[in-house]
Amino acid sequence: MSEMGQLDRPPARAEGDSARDPLVEAINVHKSFHRHHVLKGIDLVVHPGEVVCLLGPSGSGKTTFLRCINMLENLDGGRIFVDGELMGLEETAPGRLRHLGDQQKAAQRREIGMVFQRFNLFPHKTALENIIEAPMQVKRVSKAQAVAEAEQLLDQVGLADKPHHYPSQLSGGQQQRVAIARALAMKPKLMLFDEPTSALDPELVGEVLRVMRELAEQGTTMIVVTHEIAFARDVADRVVFMDDGVVVEEGPAREVINNPRQERTRQFLQRVLEEGPAAS
Amino acid sequence: MSSSLLERSRAERPGDLRAAPVRHPWRWVLVFLILVVAAMMVRSFITNPRWEWSYVFSVMNYRPILQGLLVGTLLGTLLAMIVGVTLGVLLAVMRLSSNPVLSTVAAVYTWFFRSVPRYVLLTILGVGVIYLYPHLDLGLPFGQQVSRLLGLDLNTLSPWQIDTRRLSQGIVIGAVGLGLSEAAYMAEIARAGILSVDTGQREAASALGMSSSRTMRRIVLPQAMRVIVPPTGNETIAMVKDTSLLIAVPVGLELFNQATIVANRTYKIMPAYVAATLWYIIVCSVLMVFQSLLERHFGRGFGTVNPKAQRLLDKVGEH
Repeated sequence: MSEMGQLDRPPARAEGDSARDPLVEAINVHKSFHRHHVLKGIDLVVHPGEVVCLLGPSGSGKTTFLRCINMLENLDGGRIFVDGELMGLEETAPGRLRHLGDQQKAAQRREIGMVFQRFNLFPHKTALENIIEAPMQVKRVSKAQAVAEAEQLLDQVGLADKPHHYPSQLSGGQQQRVAIARALAMKPKLMLFDEPTSALDPELVGEVLRVMRELAEQGTTMIVVTHEIAFARDVADRVVFMDDGVVVEEGPAREVINNPRQERTRQFLQRVLEEGPAAS
Repeated sequence: MSSSLLERSRAERPGDLRAAPVRHPWRWVLVFLILVVAAMMVRSFITNPRWEWSYVFSVMNYRPILQGLLVGTLLGTLLAMIVGVTLGVLLAVMRLSSNPVLSTVAAVYTWFFRSVPRYVLLTILGVGVIYLYPHLDLGLPFGQQVSRLLGLDLNTLSPWQIDTRRLSQGIVIGAVGLGLSEAAYMAEIARAGILSVDTGQREAASALGMSSSRTMRRIVLPQAMRVIVPPTGNETIAMVKDTSLLIAVPVGLELFNQATIVANRTYKIMPAYVAATLWYIIVCSVLMVFQSLLERHFGRGFGTVNPKAQRLLDKVGEH
């Protein structure tokens, strides 16, 4: 564990050069649940505008890693920087770290949108209310502006006709598209997707992937945990294949998926492609 | 065999389904018996002169009875429930805190007040507060001790004083007593409500950059209300009836005590008690209507309101 404490320097940010700096930089991320070592030193760099898909079998740690990025899980070791900012910690003196408080963490999370496997829409609020909640409550945007932006976002995800529906009145695919709009409403620098189509009926997967593809084409920086190999191949710039808490292989999406170099990647892809895209 | 059945059904496809309903003869026997008993009761209400209905209704409108209803029963319920719900939600949040001191304090509070009967609690408060603490000094904690150490006048650091003897005469001590007891039950109800909200809701709110207190207020509690409101309605209705215990403090200006006074003064004991009973029934009925309106409000988005209830509520009107 000695190597974990070494990197304390945020990556340098030269003014005007920010497009070239990594947006996400994860270094040697470790995480255990009780005795179970889930992440065993994950490194990942994501540049602005990149779409990175995390692939791997269930239990490989991809979801846990994604949740570490916006601090839904606390790291046991390593560091994660988003836009040059150390997540969840502050350096009070050289080499001396302190956990950030609730408010400071909340401020960091504002820059990161997240879409969950089970949507997690607020069931007591309509689609529109779900979307305007955070901009109004957190960013203190005026209601008129929040509603205008929310309507635009609903239009973008193809639900302009359903602003006043409650989540229970929407299909899974529609709920997930509202959830994407809700995350986008905070104008995040980074979007995290945690198996966004795994809880959907097969015929509803396409409409959600279509919205995500459009986001990717607009240059949104995205990290996507998914089992949709075709989506990863066609949309992602890069895929990262994880197994048993480590990165086994990473590279340009087509290259890794069409010609995996590692045996474990090959076996996984073969299994997933045989069972069809809906298998998880 | 089966093919012939199939062929026949192709030839003449089954259409409207008309079949005799299942008969329930014993239900009708029971219905008859109940109707007979009900008729006997109604007859006795009308023909037995000792009910003295006209006197019952005039007692219901007596000034002291109405004052008792307003102050002891309605105001008492309101104050007690305000104390109970506020403190109860606070205790529930404390109980769920990761800080062991906070959660233990909440657990001990709940344990203590659930173990003490309300009548006993009110008696003890009525007697004990005046006996133990004739004056309440408001100011810095340990203000008198510190003043003594510094050689100051004893009340320098405790500028406000309350004479508890005056408090105990009023409704305040009684309502606070009932509220303290109620908080123990409300804490459990609120805790169940908060725990009923899926953890994904909290995660989604965090991921949007909402602080944990805002998440609690805007996301968790409104959803917990769906679970909290029905039992809280029951608690409120129970509290209306428990205000009759206020006599233990003693608070005299309370419905049942006033009815007892009327009964003792006029020797028309039953009509006075029936008058009080009718008032309790009326108040509780009104509260039950409010309860269902609240349930509908907090159930929105969940689609759990059953259609029959919905129709009933629509008849009652928009709130």
